[in-house]
Amino acid sequence: MSPPPLSRARRFAAAAVLLAAVLALSLAVGARPLGPDEVWRGLTDSGTEAYAVVHQMRLPRTLLGLVVGVALGLAGALMQSLTRNPLADPGLLGINVGASAAVVTAISFLGVTSFAGYVWFAFAGAGAVAVLLYGIGGGRAATPARLALAGAAINAALYSYVSAVQLLDTASLDRMRFWTVGSLAAAQTSTVQKVTPFVLVGVVLAVVLARPLNALAMGDDTARALGARPALVRGTGIAAVTLLCGAATAACGPVVFLGLMVPHLVRAITGPDLRFLLPYSALAAPVLMLGADVVGRVVARPGEVQVGVLTVVLGGPFFLFFVRRRKVAAL
Amino acid sequence: MTPAKTGASITAKTGASTPAKATDAAAGTHAESAAPRLAASGLTLAYDRRVIAEGLDVAIPDASFTVVVGPNACGKSTLLRALARVLRPTAGTVTLDGEKIASWPARKLARTLGLLPQSSVAPEGITVADLVARGRYPHQGLLRQWSREDERVVAESMEATGVAALASRGVDELSGGQRQRVWIAMALAQQTSLLLLDEPTTFLDIAHQIEVLDLCARLHAEGRTVVAVLHDLNQAARYATHLVAMRDGRIVAEGPPAEVVTADRVAEVFGLRCRVIDDPESGTPLVVPAAPAAGSGSSGSPGNVVKVTQV
Repeated sequence: MSPPPLSRARRFAAAAVLLAAVLALSLAVGARPLGPDEVWRGLTDSGTEAYAVVHQMRLPRTLLGLVVGVALGLAGALMQSLTRNPLADPGLLGINVGASAAVVTAISFLGVTSFAGYVWFAFAGAGAVAVLLYGIGGGRAATPARLALAGAAINAALYSYVSAVQLLDTASLDRMRFWTVGSLAAAQTSTVQKVTPFVLVGVVLAVVLARPLNALAMGDDTARALGARPALVRGTGIAAVTLLCGAATAACGPVVFLGLMVPHLVRAITGPDLRFLLPYSALAAPVLMLGADVVGRVVARPGEVQVGVLTVVLGGPFFLFFVRRRKVAAL
Repeated sequence: MTPAKTGASITAKTGASTPAKATDAAAGTHAESAAPRLAASGLTLAYDRRVIAEGLDVAIPDASFTVVVGPNACGKSTLLRALARVLRPTAGTVTLDGEKIASWPARKLARTLGLLPQSSVAPEGITVADLVARGRYPHQGLLRQWSREDERVVAESMEATGVAALASRGVDELSGGQRQRVWIAMALAQQTSLLLLDEPTTFLDIAHQIEVLDLCARLHAEGRTVVAVLHDLNQAARYATHLVAMRDGRIVAEGPPAEVVTADRVAEVFGLRCRVIDDPESGTPLVVPAAPAAGSGSSGSPGNVVKVTQV
């Protein structure tokens, strides 16, 4: 309720410390491991050998993991709340695959290769799906069930399209395969710079939406009776999710599971109040994202396992265990 | 939140002895004492294209406990939703304090008129105090978050509905009656002078029904205008100060229960043959359904009635 109890603040601080630790780890671990002092010198002293490693590889990669993690954690929490569907994840509403389909089209038919080129396709794809969703399952008659059903249908249709294009166009299959799995390995500073503003706007929208979504969680009539406007809240929510998912997907490909898993784990600590659920999700998701990425750098040396694969491999069993142990909260 | 409004709201102890009219004046309607605060004229209500009610005119007497009754699907909940602006009428207008309700800003409306809909969902894992605190939504904003005032009103709302002892319990663990009182506490935390309740007693056993209705009566006695949709005609007759009887999307009768509830009226509205006697407890009309296949009337021996079994 009211003022957050001390334990909640302490847990938040603990999560922040955990995130800082994972960030440090992500700078240190890799093909050429760096000690703490080396990391520090690599960050600050341009004369050292570590400087190149940190600034050209590890730092962009870490920052991208942070930004994408925040985006996916928030997007998952927003979407579960918007649809009142505990299984809603950036995939369920078809927004990720919308971005995916647009990017695949751009790569395959239009010859677009750079991030700067296809980020706009990703937004266009995600946005188009969001608008379509709102047309089919949204508007005044929007209910969580209709929204989720419309999302599932769009998801299936677009997924078939993406698979078909990949099968037909073997020449660009390799490039797309790298992108479709979800990876931070190719992170560049310019990518981080381009993706961050979009994610920041998404974060601001999420902050604004926390209380209205709390009202909406009690049903549309109750929300209206409290003075919230369900259609406006849903529209803004979908816009926020589009921004967050579009940006994240464009930057490193579709990373699944994170948006589904993180809010459930967080809810066990915060309860259903979005004023706490959202910030905790934004902290916890990059911890898992970067944690998975760090593990991916060491498990298959000298190669690497993509973070998108690892979030599933590590997250899947953990999530099943979690679901078995405590009932997944129905929203 | 003017001081007057705060006075007109929660405080359970002082309110009971205050005459309803005085409190209502404090809520700011003195100027137009003739026109009721909440009224509707020429309402046509529809879901998609299915028309539920047409040409409804209704006025909610100020400081009344108005109860809307009628058979299933007669449009009584729909009317309530329109009065609370949750449903937009296809035609006609609802006015609140002399202004079209459609033109009220959403949050200002939510500080004046509260609605407890049938469809409320408690988010899983939410505590009683947290749920009640969500009633403070229209009093808060991005820059005006949780305050002492919120804290106080939430505590008073829980006190008034007798759920203060449950504050840290999960809403999922409560009984139906407790849960309903928690929802009412949430609506109370909105601090509105008008409170609309859609079938607040549904799914409750008889003791809990009476408990909730007693609570509603007390909220009314404290000076609020209470409007409730109820299923049970006898409960409606006992608690209402003003009764609105609906059938097939029309208002068949309205007025004090003693005038509205007659055997003929019950036959007209519900299609039920009955006798209306005085409630031995409250003196309000009590509807006693006629025994089935009674033939010439109910003059048969009591023994015959007992033998009638349900088919």
